[in-house]
Amino acid sequence: MSFPWAKHYEPKSGFTKWIDERLPLPRLVYGAVGAGYPVPRNLNYFWNFGVLAGAALAIQIVTGIVLAMHYAANGGVAFDSVEHIMRDVNGGWFLRYAHANGASMFFVVVYIHIFRGLFYGSYKAPREMIWLLGVTIFLLMMATAFMGYVLPWGQMSFWGAQVITGFFSAIPVVGDTIRIWLLGGYAPDDAALNRFFSLHYLLPFVIAGVIILHIWALHIPGSNNPTGVDVKGEQDTVPFHPYYTAKDGFGLGVFLFIFAALLFFAPNSLGHPDNYIPANALQTPAHIVPEWYFWPFYAILRAFTVDFIGIPAKLLGVLAMFGSILLLFFLPWLDSSPVRSANYRPLYRIFFWVLVADVLVLGWCGGSPATPLYVIISQISAAYYFAHFLIIIPIISRAERPTPLPNSITEAVLAKKGGTSPAHTALSGSAVPAE
Amino acid sequence: MVRAIAILIGAGFVAVLSWALFWSIQGVITDPPAPTAVDEFHLHPKEVELASNGFFGTYDQRQLQRGLQVYKEVCANCHSLKHVAFRDLTQLGYTPAQVKKFAADWSVKAKQFDPKSGDTTERPNTPSDYFPTVYYPGTGNPPDLSLITKARHEGPAYVYSLLTGYTDQPAALLKKFPDAKVPDGLYYNPYFANLNIAMPPPLSQDGQVTYLDGTKSTVQQNAKDVAAFLTWAAEPNLPTRHAYGLAVLGFLLFFCILAYGAYQNIWRDIKH
Repeated sequence: MSFPWAKHYEPKSGFTKWIDERLPLPRLVYGAVGAGYPVPRNLNYFWNFGVLAGAALAIQIVTGIVLAMHYAANGGVAFDSVEHIMRDVNGGWFLRYAHANGASMFFVVVYIHIFRGLFYGSYKAPREMIWLLGVTIFLLMMATAFMGYVLPWGQMSFWGAQVITGFFSAIPVVGDTIRIWLLGGYAPDDAALNRFFSLHYLLPFVIAGVIILHIWALHIPGSNNPTGVDVKGEQDTVPFHPYYTAKDGFGLGVFLFIFAALLFFAPNSLGHPDNYIPANALQTPAHIVPEWYFWPFYAILRAFTVDFIGIPAKLLGVLAMFGSILLLFFLPWLDSSPVRSANYRPLYRIFFWVLVADVLVLGWCGGSPATPLYVIISQISAAYYFAHFLIIIPIISRAERPTPLPNSITEAVLAKKGGTSPAHTALSGSAVPAE
Repeated sequence: MVRAIAILIGAGFVAVLSWALFWSIQGVITDPPAPTAVDEFHLHPKEVELASNGFFGTYDQRQLQRGLQVYKEVCANCHSLKHVAFRDLTQLGYTPAQVKKFAADWSVKAKQFDPKSGDTTERPNTPSDYFPTVYYPGTGNPPDLSLITKARHEGPAYVYSLLTGYTDQPAALLKKFPDAKVPDGLYYNPYFANLNIAMPPPLSQDGQVTYLDGTKSTVQQNAKDVAAFLTWAAEPNLPTRHAYGLAVLGFLLFFCILAYGAYQNIWRDIKH
């Protein structure tokens, strides 16, 4: 596709020629994920996660469609219909546990995919559009996951819906009206449950569409790589098939192994027990917490505890929470360093790992009750989160002196094999700069 | 320009958070968070050994039968089990004929609406019926027990600990928190979320239930058996799930080995 040495699809038999002249779908596949797509030869295991995210979405769609055949979106029976799936539908427990834990696996994989992009500067020119589409997918995933969590109509479903739709009531003047309009009532009920179900069925297909754009945009410049250096010639690349299909096959096996271990042996470990209590509008749970993948953002929301120059704390929290994701859209222009890979950016590398730790701490606070100690820790961590993207990155991208880059991917690969740095395997490559 | 605006916005967020942090710290200093009676006296559930624990965990049918007996003779007076059907009891090792008789003998009868007269009448339960709802007029709100072991943290251990955890309110608690006296009509139980539970001790003495299989009937044994039974009620498919899980993991391990071999083989001549 993007490189002159990319191989072209050549139909061999009369039948494939006949197809190719009428609908060149095999040609498209060949160029997209076949031998016709040259990929840098030095990708490490972190480059498996895009394919894994696609696999996770496919699992969610397949299990979700079958679950929808047995689920009833009505406040009176939704909870019971889920129990009906768990007990009386053949293989229903498998489908539901696969779907619920599949959501967690999808987020795990996507978070690693995002941090891979942050570490190796995959958001930088000429790949800004891939990054923008990726952040869009992430936002759609969050909306889908939230609405899906409401469907079982347990206590956390109900109160989670109450809290999250409550964000809109923070909007000055028209907030309450918007909230009532979105919910179709004064509190979450049948109207909300039905529209959430409808949207929860729709959005995955929107995600699939944006993924097609994401991959299309990827195929224009081609994949980034751990050195961040552009592909210079044919010796820097290998065809996607069979090289990366084989590697992704192994990655998929490991992913499915971990997924299956979770699904079959600890299927409720990531869920909240309160969601096995039917929704009750008259009884608020002691601690309302979202699913683990929202915890960092929940901690940011709750870190804003006081009004500031007349702006209510709640509005500040909501703005900050949405802002913490929306700022990612501007990242390609906030980071002006021409060097992509953090392997050659000594200063950025340090702050990158501080950010990783910071987000984990935010997650820990978001999952804990809002006691003063956790609030204080969230306030410090939230401040770092914003400072990292909005202050530190713009400054260090100017101030930092990168270490010398290799002349080409091949040179970096051969130097690595020279034995100067035996610890530099694919997985530890993130921590050890290539020579 | 983008960067200048970003730095300003970033400084704004940091300023607001610092302001909030200042007040949080001041709040902690001027009004340090005081521990409550729950903070100090609530206990984590005791560990309980059940056959369903662990990777190879499955159900002990005899224990489930004993647990069913405890549920029937003690719990069922106030607590429903509405997601479980009588037909499910065949999983406990009963024959269809036994289940049929068990359902027919169940004291709360199935409700039946007569469309001719408009009256609601009663009929004996059949295996296809779910355990009928129990209506409880007294204080408190006995929860349905079908999902109780999944609706509480460490559910089976919680049920066991709660049933065996009734004690008198510790003197140390009253000394430190004089306002925290157990309200009238409630009972002290350190395993309950707020320490004071409306349920009177359901298993008050050894021998309350006479086991048909000759197992010695103690409060500990009754609690353990009913915890096992309720674990089954909440997750009847657990043995199937574990068996499938081992087969799936075995297959995937084999798949991973082959896939790794294929990957290494294809890449053998390419330095990367």
